[in-house]
Amino acid sequence: MSRRSLVAASGLTAAILAGSLVPALGSLTALAQAAPQRIVAAGGVITEILYALGLQDQIVGVDTTSLHPPQALKDKPNVGYVRALSAEGVLSLKPTLVIAIDGAGPPDTIKLIAEAGIRVERLGEDLTPKGIVERIRAVGRLANATPQADTLADAIDKRFQALAREREALAARKRVLFVLSLQNGRVVVGGRHSGADAIITLAGAVNAAEAVDGYKPLTDEGVIAAAPDVVLVMQRGDHALSPSDVFGLPAFAATPAARNRSLVSMDGLYLLGFGPRTPEAAHDLMAAAYGLGEAAGGRRQ
Amino acid sequence: MSLAAEAGAVPALFARQRRRLAIATLLFIALFLALAVLSLGTGAVAIPPARVVAVIRGWFTGDTEIVGSREALVVFSIRLPRLVLGALIGAALAVSGTLMQGLFRNPLADPGLVGVSSGAALAAASTIVLGDRLLGTAQFQLPFALLPLGAFLGGLASTLILYAIATREGRTSVAIMLLAGVALGAFAGALTGLLSFISDDRQLRDLTFWSLGSLSGASWTKVMVIGPLILPVLFAVPVLARGLNALLLGEAEAFHLGIPVQRLKNAAILMVAVAVGAGVAASGVIGFVGIVVPHLLRLLFGPDHRMLLPFSALLGATLLTGADLLARVLVAPAELPIGILTAAIGAPFFLWLLLRRDRSLDA
Repeated sequence: MSRRSLVAASGLTAAILAGSLVPALGSLTALAQAAPQRIVAAGGVITEILYALGLQDQIVGVDTTSLHPPQALKDKPNVGYVRALSAEGVLSLKPTLVIAIDGAGPPDTIKLIAEAGIRVERLGEDLTPKGIVERIRAVGRLANATPQADTLADAIDKRFQALAREREALAARKRVLFVLSLQNGRVVVGGRHSGADAIITLAGAVNAAEAVDGYKPLTDEGVIAAAPDVVLVMQRGDHALSPSDVFGLPAFAATPAARNRSLVSMDGLYLLGFGPRTPEAAHDLMAAAYGLGEAAGGRRQ
Repeated sequence: MSLAAEAGAVPALFARQRRRLAIATLLFIALFLALAVLSLGTGAVAIPPARVVAVIRGWFTGDTEIVGSREALVVFSIRLPRLVLGALIGAALAVSGTLMQGLFRNPLADPGLVGVSSGAALAAASTIVLGDRLLGTAQFQLPFALLPLGAFLGGLASTLILYAIATREGRTSVAIMLLAGVALGAFAGALTGLLSFISDDRQLRDLTFWSLGSLSGASWTKVMVIGPLILPVLFAVPVLARGLNALLLGEAEAFHLGIPVQRLKNAAILMVAVAVGAGVAASGVIGFVGIVVPHLLRLLFGPDHRMLLPFSALLGATLLTGADLLARVLVAPAELPIGILTAAIGAPFFLWLLLRRDRSLDA
């Protein structure tokens, strides 16, 4: 073989190699950037995480509990309440992926959507910092956005750690009573195993309604026995409850909270969403309950 | 539903009446078919009519490309079972309403009265709330059949209990049954309330949505389970027509006319329990179909059960098919619980009927 032909042959080989390598490299970068999905988010927290990851363009549908950010329900078609989804409604959005919280349904509808060849992924509900961070990572993996999700998850994890340090620095534990509603003077509170319980614990306080399980009505005497130092309520639009509304009720008049007029009012979804905003919400609740200066989301009145 | 045979067997029907009946039959069938076709072609997923036709043709010819398509899935796995389920349940509810009103000679009687609905609701609440605890799993992991099976057995059981209470020495007192039905309904309601008190947030929401009723999640499996329960009842009820007509004169009078009154009662109540229990099990509670349909038909045809029974099957099916169509398209891609629609349309209509003080109410 002549030198010339050897050079030509090796040149050709190199060209072929390079030629085959370029598209290979191309597909590698495509993989890293991830193929966009058409995602239906079934559950407010899923929507919130996707927006926090900057993946809102991949969302093609949300459910009625997707209240944050507020534009989600304005910009995206609404597939209905997360426990009463419509199979055809979801299919009409031509999704490639449905990310659903635990309890999304009805089961037959989910089955039908899966049978239509659409990937349906369910994420369990774990209201601990670990659970929240894991859920962010899981959503990121599903949406082919692992790097963004890892960044966000790490940041949130750090904030939870900072929150834990703040908790340890607290001198005494306050008793917080979460009041879900005060309809007609009937007090419904958040007991054990409720979201309210989880956020109160995260904020370094003690749930004053530990005696009940879930959201239950509490008798007036039960409220007195709970002896809350702080009463926590949800802000509803412009009609926030005022201290005189709450502490004017006989049930609350005899509590430590009434003596200090200690009422904290926070946005419901911010408080009980258990998504990326939870460290802030817990921090705000802590600041408001312990009177640690100005809080962004919580308002001490 | 052999209306022609029925009409032929009654020489008293004059030619004009018979013609009217034939026209009405055709109109009712045409109305149902039109709604059924509209329902198959309408929904959140837009499928052009030509494509629906192609899908149906492809299904018959076994065209694998079409049968595997997304449109075919929507038409055959979502819309068609829903249509069939809705028609079956609508017919079951309306026929049961007609049977109850005839049996009790009370225009307010509906299937809910004999305890089917309250018993089914109690059983459904039990499976939703206690199923989790007993089996230690989240609800979506429960066997799919548990809730409907529980609801069906609950409806059947409460009907049988009520029946046992109202029956003395082999004779069933319709008046006692009516009163006991109210009492048992309240008792079942109290137990259901207790269950909702101990339920958690999620279970409470499941309960609420179940009690609103919905055909969402209709599947061929559900059709296969409740079809064999409802269809035989629909085909058997015309046998009771003559007896129910006689009963309009009074129980003793019917007995003297040679009607086996006790057997008639047994049959009617068993049929209602089975048909409504199956319907409630598949769709949750759907109100007002059972009360509105018989009244509407009595306005049109008078009190003859030979016409009321088959036509209530047809009109009940039509009504629920129409209501479900609305439920699916009004807020697409979400959907409304169908119970909201039937009650929202049914209740004002019923009030209007009452205000007209139609004589059929006193019949």
